Amino acid sequence: MRNKLLYGFFGIITVCILIVSCQSSEEIQQARYYVNGKMAYETHCQNCHGAKGEGLGLLIPPLTDTTFISNNLNSIAGMIKYGVSGEMTINGKVYNGEMPAETHLTPVEITYIINYIGNSFGNKIGLYTQDQVQRDLSSSDN
Amino acid sequence: MNKSFLLAAALLILTLCACNSSDQNNKLPILGSREPITKEVDGKTVVDTLYKSIPAFEFLNQDSLPITGKTFDNSIYVADFFFTSCPSICPVMHRNMLKVYNKYKGNDEVMFLSHSIDTKYDTPSVLKKYAEKLGVDGKQWQFASGTKETIYGISPEYMVFAEENDQVAGGYEHQGWFILVDKDKHIRGAYNGTDEKEVDKLMKDMDILLREYEK
Repeated sequence: MRNKLLYGFFGIITVCILIVSCQSSEEIQQARYYVNGKMAYETHCQNCHGAKGEGLGLLIPPLTDTTFISNNLNSIAGMIKYGVSGEMTINGKVYNGEMPAETHLTPVEITYIINYIGNSFGNKIGLYTQDQVQRDLSSSDN
Repeated sequence: MNKSFLLAAALLILTLCACNSSDQNNKLPILGSREPITKEVDGKTVVDTLYKSIPAFEFLNQDSLPITGKTFDNSIYVADFFFTSCPSICPVMHRNMLKVYNKYKGNDEVMFLSHSIDTKYDTPSVLKKYAEKLGVDGKQWQFASGTKETIYGISPEYMVFAEENDQVAGGYEHQGWFILVDKDKHIRGAYNGTDEKEVDKLMKDMDILLREYEK
């Protein structure tokens, strides 16, 4: 009886440790993506969108529209890679510019960038995996 | 030992004070080439210095109105070279320029002159749309369009490099300098328009330059 209790106790603890360590490894990965994403953002995005994601007047939209980001999460990889044109409404304002394609960016780099933008400037999307980015890209391939 | 230490400390304090106060009556240099000229004053021949100045120009602004050197006669101005479809440094330059513009907005002694180096696509109406989207209205910030000859003819006068180049993104290569010009069309400073610290320095220098015209 006593042994059973002990085994049960250790069993539960083991499961708890596993869960905690899983979570933290996910957090570690997210932190890694975020740091790499900041560097990639500075190289590929910051000129236009600004260090605080503030954009520029009505020429370049800001990245601070959290609703837009979370509603269009699956299109962002394609937008970064293939560019954007036409009207879009961000923070209630209409933008009609053109974002150039960055087809040279790899899925890994795009994953970094999405994790950085998605968890900066007021956005909180959490971890966005590379598998998800691959799926997003293959559905927006044309 | 103690005495010399005191002396050194006093000297240091004096130097620091001198550095601080010199900011008040600081004068900006006149940049560019200069040559001596001889002229007659009251029957005597004297030698004077001829400083480089921005030559006469004529462009169309965002309202399709002609602008010339005269447009800027009663103000100091900041000049730069850009194009509206520029994918590289222009957004950074104009994000910074906007900061300077907002600081001096309404001050009729300060103007801005952005030359478009894309003489094919950037017509006055394109520049007008660009200015509106940037949040700029009125006459204080002029967006100039011209011919290839006039625009690329004036850029070296501001000591700014610009040329058509198929090899770079956007098709035009240019430097991001902000050039500070005084009321006599002399160049008084050049600042990297993509560097926030240099743009802060530009604003400080503009205050120093404006002080020259205070009576």
